[in-house]
Amino acid sequence: MRQVVLPIVGTVAAWRTEARALAAEGIAPEHVIWHRGAAPPDLFAGDAPKGQGRSLTIPRAALAEIEAALCHSDPERFARAYRLVLRLNDGLVWGDRSDPDIRRMMEHAKSVRRDIHKMHAFVRFREVPSDGRRAFAAWFEPEHHTVEAGTPFFAKRFGDMDWVIATPEITARFDGKLTFHETVGAERPPEDATEELWRTYYANIFNPARVMVKAMQSEMPKKYWKNLPEADLIPGLIRDADRRVAEMAAHEAEEAPARRLAVARRMAVPERPVPTAGTLDALRAEAAACTRCPLHAPATQTVFGVGPPDAEVMFVGEQPGDQEDLAGRPFVGPAGQVFDQEAEAAGLDRSRLYVTNAVKHFKFAPRGKRRLHQKPNGSEIHACNTWLDQELALVKPKLIVAMGATALQALTGSGEGILKRRGQVERLEDGTPVLVTVHPSYLLRLPDPELAKVERRRFREDLEQAARLAQS
Amino acid sequence: MKSLTEKLAILSDAAKYDASCASSGGAKRDSRDGKGVGSSGGSGICHAYAPDGRCISLLKILMTNFCIYDCAYCVNRVSSKVERARFSVEEVVRLTIEFYRRNYIEGLFLSSGIIKSSDDTMADMVRIAKTLREREGFRGYIHLKTIPDASPELIEEAGKYADRLSINIEMPTEAGLSQLAPEKSAKGIRKAMGEVRLRREASREVTHTGKRRAAFAPAGQSTQVIVGADAADDRDVLTQSANLYANYGLSRVYYSAFSPIPDASRMLPLKKPPLMREHRLYQADWLLRFYGFDVSEIASQGMLDLEVDPKTAWALAHREQFPVDVNRAAREMLLRVPGFGVKTVDRIVAARRRGAVRFEHLVAMGAVTKHAKPFITLPGWTSRGLDDQALRARYAPAPEQLSLF
Repeated sequence: MRQVVLPIVGTVAAWRTEARALAAEGIAPEHVIWHRGAAPPDLFAGDAPKGQGRSLTIPRAALAEIEAALCHSDPERFARAYRLVLRLNDGLVWGDRSDPDIRRMMEHAKSVRRDIHKMHAFVRFREVPSDGRRAFAAWFEPEHHTVEAGTPFFAKRFGDMDWVIATPEITARFDGKLTFHETVGAERPPEDATEELWRTYYANIFNPARVMVKAMQSEMPKKYWKNLPEADLIPGLIRDADRRVAEMAAHEAEEAPARRLAVARRMAVPERPVPTAGTLDALRAEAAACTRCPLHAPATQTVFGVGPPDAEVMFVGEQPGDQEDLAGRPFVGPAGQVFDQEAEAAGLDRSRLYVTNAVKHFKFAPRGKRRLHQKPNGSEIHACNTWLDQELALVKPKLIVAMGATALQALTGSGEGILKRRGQVERLEDGTPVLVTVHPSYLLRLPDPELAKVERRRFREDLEQAARLAQS
Repeated sequence: MKSLTEKLAILSDAAKYDASCASSGGAKRDSRDGKGVGSSGGSGICHAYAPDGRCISLLKILMTNFCIYDCAYCVNRVSSKVERARFSVEEVVRLTIEFYRRNYIEGLFLSSGIIKSSDDTMADMVRIAKTLREREGFRGYIHLKTIPDASPELIEEAGKYADRLSINIEMPTEAGLSQLAPEKSAKGIRKAMGEVRLRREASREVTHTGKRRAAFAPAGQSTQVIVGADAADDRDVLTQSANLYANYGLSRVYYSAFSPIPDASRMLPLKKPPLMREHRLYQADWLLRFYGFDVSEIASQGMLDLEVDPKTAWALAHREQFPVDVNRAAREMLLRVPGFGVKTVDRIVAARRRGAVRFEHLVAMGAVTKHAKPFITLPGWTSRGLDDQALRARYAPAPEQLSLF
């Protein structure tokens, strides 16, 4: 039998070196006895038969898991890990949970990671006197051998202070550099005054109306309590919870003084200037509260038209999209960008246009974290016509451009055959000319890039025609 | 003049009704350079648990509990007679840093009653976050509650210093909100969420010179809804959640079973909802986000089943779709098997490429076979008892008392 003694500090790194050396000598796992710290005298110690030597190659994922598992408190871990790395070299596939060695290794790695996580959570520093930068110390009792793997986290987090985390076995010390040594004569650091504030916080953030002790203990097991300054409050908090809830129920609310309520009310609802009746601003404010069809409920806001109240050309689109719904302005999304580019290229002054939609709320179906655009139906278009009609009546444009079938339907009563009607000028009942074109989002949906180019050019030609008509 | 301890007691007591405690997903930061304190960006850490089972990850406090609003469900409403206090900027900064250095917390969750005006309140909160980041070199997690109607400039600044922003939608329906919180507007809250989403998206785009923009609320936004204070049913609650996830890309919707508060308003119901209702809503929320379920599938009855979890309830009501052949079924269907989680399903899908999955393998893959058994078939197991009327009883345990110590 070969005896291997691993040091208390640097155990995992030493195991790796030893395992490589043993494998190079071809020593079988059943001929190795592993110790950590001092080796007890062993009657069977001696040398082990050597076999065929080999060098170990282990997948990175496996090694990370094995090294975590080596921090476990199970005394068999070193032998099991050595056996497993040899088997992995012999063709065993890492990740197969039906293999008992692999599964045990994964389970151990998992409990070690949990123990490290609990260390990150439950270490409680106390401030200690220092000549230089601020210094803190903590006493912690981990379940496994996790100090070396768990404390680099604190070095990243508390880089501007000195600290010590002492455990029964190993002490980690940080003064700009993290070092480990065996613990001698461990002492808990003395209390510091901030602990009382923390206890105050803990007691007051607790809600006595929903006591769930089991849920607390599964995450904060009692074994950790002795080093948590807040833990001795727990029994008292639980004991008093029912009484406190009963007191709340018995205590009838008293009315606050009317004067205070009135003052608060005036402050909470500040007066806003009311727009003059009969203007676009007044219409916009009225439309913001529109509930004439069900589309208002899932949408963010009414997206009303924008542009000068005396614009000569009014563009009417279908409905706001995702971006417009969030921003509250029409034509700011991808289709709006196409519109901006083509309008500019066609010689239209964007700041002189009135741009609006036939339907003022975004219609969509929720899919996870996205919203799928849906076409508004006849009754929704009809419900929204009241706003479009009033916009037309106030702006009195010389020319209207209907973009897409929905706009065409809202303006003329029929959206049928848009592709045949595009480029032509139709008339409203009052004689206002309506130039028909497609919606810019149609250009974005065309899958064939050649066709998209052609259609985009035709769209620009329509806008150029609009520019000519507006000037005539 | 109240002492710091007295203020802390009042202003943490007032903050406990906010359920959120998440501290994950923040920007990646650490203080290895020795010039500041703190780190964030990994998974969150719960530093303690209170006996209410809730985790304590952040210093969750109000800046002040003075408030000019009169929301019936809130302990801090103007008409309530609770004791009032107000922290100074320095006091909040000091508490955060000192708690953080002792490893009590991951950071700060700051909310506030509304004093003077929305902008005055928000400006003070932003000042706290700014002092922490710029003067104290604080690199831990900051969650700021945004105040309804605060100006866009303040929201912009808040998103620069905070990892997460949130604004509570409070009620499952617009009608419920206007009834119980007369000064708040659901539309205004939703607009604020929309603005945050737009700013987050804009911050992720590179500038035209190819530079990265400053991060804006990198841990996203969340909200909270109070359940059981108005007449809305679970379908209303979940419909709103699905809408909020889709509209504003929220990281989380938190559900808070309406809890008795001191000095409660007479507008509130006398009976508190069972805590199980809140638990079932969280389960249903998970099914919506990670398991491909639709609101209409899990909440078709209006209320969720309190005795059985919503996934099992769906399976029991759709037995004709089972048993599922574990080696053949599509991933979407495997996700609907009670006792199979997302990880388990991923492991099954990976393992069956290597060969047939047997019943004996399932436990090692993380499945709860006790729950899955009636709904699956695979080598080593044949489904039994699917048409048994008593099947439901196996999943609905006798009610048990929650508080024993």
